[in-house]
Amino acid sequence: MKLRVALGVIAVPMLIVAGCGSDDDTDATNDDTTAAADEDTDADENADGDESGDDDTGDAPEPGSLTVYSGRSEELVGPIIDQFEADTGIEVVASYGDTAEKAAQILDEGANSPADVFFGQDAGALGALSAAGVLAPLPQDQLDLVDPAYRSDAGDWVGVSGRARVVVYNTDRLDEADLPDTIAGLTDPEWEGRIGWAPTNGSFQAFVTAMRVIDGDDATAAWLEAMRDNNTQVYERNGPIVDAVAAGEVDAGLVNHYYLYPRLVDEPDLAAANKFYGDGDPGALVNVAGAGILQTSEEQAAAAEFVEYLLSETGQTYFVEETWEFPLVKEMDGPEGLPSIDELTPPAIDLGQLEDLEGTLDMLTQTGVL
Amino acid sequence: MPATRRLSSRALTIAAAVVAALALLPVVYLLIRAGEGGASHAWDVLSQPRTLEVIVNTVGLTAAVTVGSMVLGAPLAWLTIRTDIPGRRLLTVLLALPLALPSYVAAYAYVSFLGPRGLLQSWLEPLGVERLPSIYGFWGAWFVLTIISYPYVFLTVRAALRRMDPSAEEASRTLGQSALGTFRRVLIPALRPALASGALLVALYTLSDFGAVSMLRFDAFTRVIYIRYGLIDRSGAAVLALLLVALAIVVLVAELRSRRAGAAALHAGARRVCLHSLGRWRWPAFTAAMTVFTVGAALPVGVIGLWLVRGISAGEPLRLTGELVGNSLQAATLAAVAVVVAAWPIALLAARHQSRTTRMLESASWIGYALPGVVVALGLVTFGARQAPVVYQTMTMLVIAYLVMFLPLALGPMKASVQQVNPAWEEASRTLGHGPVRTFTGVVLPLSRPGVLTAGALVFLTVMKELPATLMLAPPGFSTLATQVWSATSENFYGRAAAPALALVVLASLPTALLALRDEIRPSRPGRPGGPPQQPPGPSQPADREPGRELAAVASR
Repeated sequence: MKLRVALGVIAVPMLIVAGCGSDDDTDATNDDTTAAADEDTDADENADGDESGDDDTGDAPEPGSLTVYSGRSEELVGPIIDQFEADTGIEVVASYGDTAEKAAQILDEGANSPADVFFGQDAGALGALSAAGVLAPLPQDQLDLVDPAYRSDAGDWVGVSGRARVVVYNTDRLDEADLPDTIAGLTDPEWEGRIGWAPTNGSFQAFVTAMRVIDGDDATAAWLEAMRDNNTQVYERNGPIVDAVAAGEVDAGLVNHYYLYPRLVDEPDLAAANKFYGDGDPGALVNVAGAGILQTSEEQAAAAEFVEYLLSETGQTYFVEETWEFPLVKEMDGPEGLPSIDELTPPAIDLGQLEDLEGTLDMLTQTGVL
Repeated sequence: MPATRRLSSRALTIAAAVVAALALLPVVYLLIRAGEGGASHAWDVLSQPRTLEVIVNTVGLTAAVTVGSMVLGAPLAWLTIRTDIPGRRLLTVLLALPLALPSYVAAYAYVSFLGPRGLLQSWLEPLGVERLPSIYGFWGAWFVLTIISYPYVFLTVRAALRRMDPSAEEASRTLGQSALGTFRRVLIPALRPALASGALLVALYTLSDFGAVSMLRFDAFTRVIYIRYGLIDRSGAAVLALLLVALAIVVLVAELRSRRAGAAALHAGARRVCLHSLGRWRWPAFTAAMTVFTVGAALPVGVIGLWLVRGISAGEPLRLTGELVGNSLQAATLAAVAVVVAAWPIALLAARHQSRTTRMLESASWIGYALPGVVVALGLVTFGARQAPVVYQTMTMLVIAYLVMFLPLALGPMKASVQQVNPAWEEASRTLGHGPVRTFTGVVLPLSRPGVLTAGALVFLTVMKELPATLMLAPPGFSTLATQVWSATSENFYGRAAAPALALVVLASLPTALLALRDEIRPSRPGRPGGPPQQPPGPSQPADREPGRELAAVASR
């Protein structure tokens, strides 16, 4: 009997998971869920932070509601999703998480993914879903709202807001003019140990991929090695770099532009400012937060309405005013006090070219940066 | 053995096998994912010099954190149990509090305080301190993980000391041994099983932690699995995660070995303990203990408090709603109940029917605890979405994830509790004609209540802190305090993270205090370490009056 039990313990989960490869049978939704928890399916509204304590457990969605997998946090996009619900009457249930993890989750879920829309903040993750063939083509009139540089060539995802790479610097220690004219200049011995970067961060990796596209692999690897040898300080994410720069732990750091502004709201006299590069410098790459609709979604119309809303004047204004990102719909005004996206002159590369993340990770590993 | 006994034991085995199978789901997922890449890819990943470096890093960190926790936890346990240190009960609760801190919150707080140009440096600036030595890397990760996980050792050793007969210590002193010699020659050998239990929890926690090592930039397994593969090479990531499983098995075996070697455990005594007088060391000892509390709990909570003050003065929204609190409580409560229920078959088998099979089932249940949350979550995503779409993205699925991850936390205390129930009581119930179910609900369940409460409290507070699986598997729209903290900090809104973070810590401290005080409130009484009891306790000593043991055996297998 012992042996039988032993075999059973191994065999049961094997049998359960064995079907993992076959995405056949069941349909894409799990709408008919009968969970143990209560049935209340009101959309989560706590992003405003002022709700009463209604005990909303946000169970699996009922038919007719839209499930959004958001790689952007509730803090960033919760309010605009609430506004979409109010304006359209379409109920949204959002599942928040890290962009790469949410994309991985969709790939793992296969044909049964409950997601209707993926809303992520890195062209690389959108590209990975596009390459895996899980995204449906978007209507051409939606795609046309956005410059071709900021949407998928295959027409299955569209950029919603722009996120520029910048160098954030400590204003007590440096003037903007003290920084080198190009990102390549940060390898100068003058900057030894004074720069922070976040090699594990998706935006940083996209920037390195862009550099590979623009300057070639050899030059990029050489730059990475020189930066590493220059004792560039490693941080976990962009946010902590901004803090470290403001505190003077390092003098400058490679980050996305919008991390600084919410910190300035908390502490207006924070000693930090952004330098926007330009002239096609890879250090001026503009990545996107964007959305795509899943092929397996049974709510295609509502999903299209959601993407449309993000690209509407209301949606674009929200990102300008609340997340300090650049609007990607042509002829919208950007955040006050920041250069416009046209002034930025980012490197002229198609974000679709940033798909070789694996090559970038290999390079980061080989150069000892990761 | 009567036929019904055999039947109930078989039913138990089947139930236990189902639970163990559930716990092994993530490993099966990893095997399938790793297999997709093929043997050559697996070898590529394994043979990179980098992989060896990560193994060395992880083993080094795990060993250092484990030793650090023992060095910190055991003496503090002794001070608060055996000596006349002032404020013993208060100290006990205060010293257990770091357990209530999620590692990602603690790491963030320490970096902003102890960073090269952190808060501490700004206070020291007038003294000419330009920057503090870097907190990042091995020592920073070691420090943060040790300070938040030593309470596991502190609590288990406390409970063991509480039930240990002090006469051996007294004899040693009478025979002329110094206090130190007594500690080394009598206490340490006797405490070995308890130390091993605490050390196991600390070691596996360290293996699975992501929050602290990523924030403090130390290349342990979890961080490398996350950063180097993630979306890109999930088969390679699975290979690395399996290597982590192998490390966990090594730790489990090592603990088992040391437990066997430590069979010299002293039997517990009935006598009231005479407290050692610390004499002029009373207040220095108190100061030392308070320093540990200050660094381990007061400091990180103070830093969060500072974020809160800054956030409020900047007019930031508090982001603390009744709904978030309610959701966190709901998830933690459901998980605590589910885990305790699911742990019963294995706990009963392990306590009453020791065999190779039951030991295997028990060991299998530990694997999920050693895996990083994101690995468990992705495994259950695959399983849930494809094989169980009815429960996928419902509370049921989330609770299953908590079960897979935290089963061992319940198993230890419950098993120990059952071991304390004298089999003679059960025999009596059976002789009186009650069936196995009635015997369980009428005898075993009430008598092992303390272990069940301990188990529930541990699972509850751990689930409150859990982040990666909650993010991935919670029903869409279900936010908890932990996910709200993540949401705000990931966008650098510390002010908005502060209120939910503080609420989380406060709610998690309640079960922590309960754990710390359980063995304090009730009188100590005789008990038997490990194994089924030899002699029935007298009716005047109901077995449920001995709560400390379960905690000591939180990791007993």
